[in-house]
Amino acid sequence: MTDIVLPLNGLVVLEFCQYLSGPSAGLRLADLGARVIKIEHPEKGEAGRKLSIKNLWVGSDSLLFHTINRNKESFTADLKNAEELLTVKLLIKKADVLIHNFRPGVMEKIGLDYSTVKQINPSLIYAEISGYGKAGAWQSKPGQDLLLQSITGLAFASGDQDDAPVPCGVSIGDNLCGAQLVQGILAALIRRQKTGQGALVETSLMESLLDFQFELLTTYFASKQQPVRSKVSNANPLLSAPYGVYATQDGYIAIAMMNLAQLATAVDCHILHSYSQSDAFAKRDEIKEVITQHIAGNISSYWLEKLHAAGLWSMEIMDWQQLSTHEGYLCLEMEQTINVPGSDITTTRCPIKIDGNRIYSGTPAPLLGEHNQKIHEEILSEPVFTQPKL
Amino acid sequence: MKLLQDIVVLDFSQFLSGPSASLRLADMGAQVIKIEKKGTGDICRQLYVSDVMIEGESTIFHAINRNKQSYAADLKDENDLQKIKQLIAKADVMVHNFRPGVMKRLGLTYEDVKKINPQIIYGEVSGYGDEGPWKGLPGQDLLLQAISGLSWLSHNKDKKPTPTGVAVVDILTGTHLAQGLLAALYRRGTLGVGALVQVSMLESILDFQFELLTCFYNDGGQLPQRSAISNGNAYLSAPYGIYKTADGYVALAMGDIPLLGKILICNELDMFQNKDEWFTKRDEIKDILTRHLAPQTTAHWLLLLEPAGIWCSEVMNYDTLMQKDAYKLLQMEMEVRTGTGYAVKTTRCPVRIDGKILHSALGAPVLGEHNTQIEKQFSVIP
Repeated sequence: MTDIVLPLNGLVVLEFCQYLSGPSAGLRLADLGARVIKIEHPEKGEAGRKLSIKNLWVGSDSLLFHTINRNKESFTADLKNAEELLTVKLLIKKADVLIHNFRPGVMEKIGLDYSTVKQINPSLIYAEISGYGKAGAWQSKPGQDLLLQSITGLAFASGDQDDAPVPCGVSIGDNLCGAQLVQGILAALIRRQKTGQGALVETSLMESLLDFQFELLTTYFASKQQPVRSKVSNANPLLSAPYGVYATQDGYIAIAMMNLAQLATAVDCHILHSYSQSDAFAKRDEIKEVITQHIAGNISSYWLEKLHAAGLWSMEIMDWQQLSTHEGYLCLEMEQTINVPGSDITTTRCPIKIDGNRIYSGTPAPLLGEHNQKIHEEILSEPVFTQPKL
Repeated sequence: MKLLQDIVVLDFSQFLSGPSASLRLADMGAQVIKIEKKGTGDICRQLYVSDVMIEGESTIFHAINRNKQSYAADLKDENDLQKIKQLIAKADVMVHNFRPGVMKRLGLTYEDVKKINPQIIYGEVSGYGDEGPWKGLPGQDLLLQAISGLSWLSHNKDKKPTPTGVAVVDILTGTHLAQGLLAALYRRGTLGVGALVQVSMLESILDFQFELLTCFYNDGGQLPQRSAISNGNAYLSAPYGIYKTADGYVALAMGDIPLLGKILICNELDMFQNKDEWFTKRDEIKDILTRHLAPQTTAHWLLLLEPAGIWCSEVMNYDTLMQKDAYKLLQMEMEVRTGTGYAVKTTRCPVRIDGKILHSALGAPVLGEHNTQIEKQFSVIP
């Protein structure tokens, strides 16, 4: 670790979260310097511990859990046990931020909803994530990424016109929702510095995914027309030809927005010269078909050389094997080693640089209850089983 | 008090990544001033991307730049540059996404600006970082999707690499920038120090794939295999994906296959008792599901699935979604008005504070609309 003063040093965050949306927010706060404590059930722990992909495990927890929960601490408490709940309330009294992603009603039932908790700690930033907001017919539906992509229209933005709706193959709703929550929490902390005031910060997967589509939606509101995916090489329903991915003799290249005549000249395509710039939307499928035929006739490097020489925006499509050995990737030093006892793992670092420094942290995800004693000693200095002052 | 009340942001950035970050800061109460080139302004005003226009500018520009002010200046003109420096001296945050070298030529790098304002939070967005063979290349969303491996994760196995049809790299980069700026503002509040905050589109889109990249790093570098049928996530077992019905599409998330067979009255699924096969034989299972789900309507299937607690949903387009009460209840739509009185319907900030929606009626600015007002507010001397 470098000698930088991480911006959130000294802050204590309690994370009552599972899976990805909330925990990804906790991870970012941890990387920026906060002390993030996962509050977990003494036997079951966070559900994400047992959720694996490709059956990859690190000790008794999934690699996935390790990826999302590195650089955090774990404190166990059974929130249905009155005494343990009191301990948690003592922790809350000392915390700066609380995050949870339970379904609506759960925290109310436990007695840790915002209106109760702010009696214990009025300057707390209380942040919560729901699937669909906290009212209405959908509030109790599962807040799961694919379902939210499906409901919000996002699946109709990718793939070609004749394809079924194509979801994004990464948990985009969870990721964005976590990112929005972090922004709200940080802004609330800034206000607290000036006024001492706490805050309730709420977002949902649904609002986050609608916000994500704000360009498409604003265009839809103005035109009253559904976005239309192009028939050929769709890469964004709002954009005209040539925007898309094209197969070459030995791979694929992406061609972004550019003037059609310049493209025609750069790749020496006669037919393309017969289209004017005003055809770029109206005839985009036809134009993209012409480009498809033309680009198929040579290898990727041949085209990229011509396009780059003309200053046109294009790149090769790469997979991770190609990318991870490329100098453009290696110079970012994006990978870091996490020191899990017995088996180090490699993962990515925080994407934000502060004062010219990259932020690394080799601290692994916690074992269940690993920091119980430490937290008792360091934070819970008052007797454990007394009623917190209201 | 608004969360970011009295915080002044000078936004030199164009297009989407930087401006989406400053939009969020504006939503939370900051005063965001776009510093734009005289005559042309943010290229996004001119760049003819959407074929739907509002007052001669793309709908996209209006969506991204509502709730901001515009100050037009020619940074190559010494007089204008002096005025900008006066603004910088009084600003809390400045943001730019010029290519590496541009700010150096203008004398507005972090090192330069620190001398005018040591406490400033200076945000910088690049495409590929500030070193390496790609540093001078255009940081454009589709190109970053192309090189980052992202396009190998969506759509079915036999399909070309498929980009996400929304500018996912720009948006994520914007969120990371906003996070860095806000964290640095918080530190300034405790320690009184300024900060340089840098993000790049490449790092942001790698971060987005962190769960899957971590698999790749630790399983000997195996590439993702998209499923042949209804790929929803290359790493997940059947039934995860979207299926055609008689009148639309239904999405099925994670679920127990034999149980799903029972609920859907699909006996063929009974044979998959071994959980491992839900992944190893996912295309076989998905093929059975595809055939089984096709003849009946979405409503028919949801009526069976939802009461049984199966994670499922109708797949909606905007027309369908906007008819739903649950959508209307979110009050996600907001009307803003431009300086010339034109009304634009757009979406609001997805975060609520203290139980309240963050609402601002201010539309995107006309180029240079606020020059006089800003010079007065900050007592700029010509």
